[in-house]
Amino acid sequence: MTQPLLTLSNVETYYGRIMAVRGVSLAVPEGAIVTILGSNGAGKSTILKTISGVMRPRKGAITFADKPLAGVEAADIVGLGISHVPEGREIFPFMTVRENILMGAYLRADRTHIEQDIEDWLDRFPILRERAGLPAGLLSGGQQQMLAICRAMMSRPKLLLMDEPSLGLSPMLTRQIFEIIREINERFGTTILLVEQNAKLALSTAHLGYVLEVGRIVLEGPTTELMDNADVKEFYLGLSNEGVRGERRWKRKKMWH
Amino acid sequence: MVQFLQQVISGVSIGCVYALIALGFVLIYKATETVNFAIGELMMIGAFLGFTFIVIWSLPLWLAAIIAISATALLAAMLERVFLRPMVGEPAFAILVVTIGLGFCLRAAALMVPEWSSETVRIFTPLSGSVVRLGPIVISADHAAVIVATALIVTGFFVFFKRTRMGLAMQAVSQSQLAATYMGVRTRSVSTLAWLLAGAITAVAGLLLAPIAFIHVNMGVLGLKAIPAAIIGGFSSLPGAIVGGILLGVCESLAGFYLPAGFSEVAAYILVLVVLTIRPEGLFGETIHKRV
Repeated sequence: MTQPLLTLSNVETYYGRIMAVRGVSLAVPEGAIVTILGSNGAGKSTILKTISGVMRPRKGAITFADKPLAGVEAADIVGLGISHVPEGREIFPFMTVRENILMGAYLRADRTHIEQDIEDWLDRFPILRERAGLPAGLLSGGQQQMLAICRAMMSRPKLLLMDEPSLGLSPMLTRQIFEIIREINERFGTTILLVEQNAKLALSTAHLGYVLEVGRIVLEGPTTELMDNADVKEFYLGLSNEGVRGERRWKRKKMWH
Repeated sequence: MVQFLQQVISGVSIGCVYALIALGFVLIYKATETVNFAIGELMMIGAFLGFTFIVIWSLPLWLAAIIAISATALLAAMLERVFLRPMVGEPAFAILVVTIGLGFCLRAAALMVPEWSSETVRIFTPLSGSVVRLGPIVISADHAAVIVATALIVTGFFVFFKRTRMGLAMQAVSQSQLAATYMGVRTRSVSTLAWLLAGAITAVAGLLLAPIAFIHVNMGVLGLKAIPAAIIGGFSSLPGAIVGGILLGVCESLAGFYLPAGFSEVAAYILVLVVLTIRPEGLFGETIHKRV
């Protein structure tokens, strides 16, 4: 087995004095879609921010493509091949759609290919091409998410970090965004680390999954196995067997507690 | 009517100076969210450096201007690196007080230079004394030069922000610092660049002001006019700063001519009150909100 593209070992990250990530270890194999599930405040976004370098881990090590990321400046991380689609999309609202996409190529030196790449991405999203000259703040939530993905892909990353791509989107748009995620993975072979609250879609899209609770990994494995796990079923997929529940007077406790 | 237009044009030319200072002010605010109260003092330093090189050292005008502008720009960038960078993450109020302190220090430093502190001076240019005629309207060539120079600088800025990689990066940082970092933009270098550009632009304002008004060590107070100008324009809008500055100049000039003495000094603030009452977000306030 080859080395995973990204490994976190025993990473601890703090917000001030509050420990948000409590010793997380995970491995992201090259070419895979890996998802981190967890409820609000479980520390999912913090893990992504720690990988991106905008937050510093107090303990533990992060290795990307066999290189340690310790001490690398946040602005240099994208140059190594890690691109981040942030939570809430964070598009540049007063810049045009095209300028937003162009910003994704900020560190690329191959000027001539950048134009071609922008055209290719606009071809994939006709609605963005239609609005290429408008300020991005005028786009709808789903379009902004597409834009944020295009922008992140402009750096031609090896690893794409996606933070809650479904946030605030309708179920239909959410499915569409996940379709895009799968396509990016298949077409470009981009490895994707996906943080998501919509467990059902995330598990059906990803190959591997981690379940995070209050800053700790409590469960991991191939998504097919996770989907069969009784606890995941009840607490993340909302599938519970009503018949059995009728007999029980207590609320089921999670196995890992 | 001719008299009115005459006043409007002289208002526009002084307004251009306000506009340039406001541009520097808004530039720093947008890139770093710092309200810079030392901006007027930077202008004063720029003007006096110009005075030193032109009048005392008798350097050619263009060379003196280039040196004065670059020196002021470097001074501003140095202030950012030394005094404001350590303040990143501190409350906005603390940062504001630092800039007020820097303003006082710059003024005190200027007072220590004997050639600067003793007199109110004026720089004479080859244009001084000659006039430009537009039909019945007569404009002094110095005033006309201010307007032309401002137009050129503003165009330059527009091209910089729209067409260059660094200009786009500066816009990106002002709109989402986090996302700009994810794109690979070093936000701290952008802060320094914003101060550098603001220093350069205020130095230009000071140099342009010198032939049409007296320069003195306390002229930094004039720089405070940049703040009402910026507020009128929407506080974080570059076009707004320019329009606000020019509007302010025109109002002042008209108030000075048609209204009793004293009105021209307060015209700026009356204008701010009126604009904010009618349009609280300013003339060019940016009102696109983040969608979730």
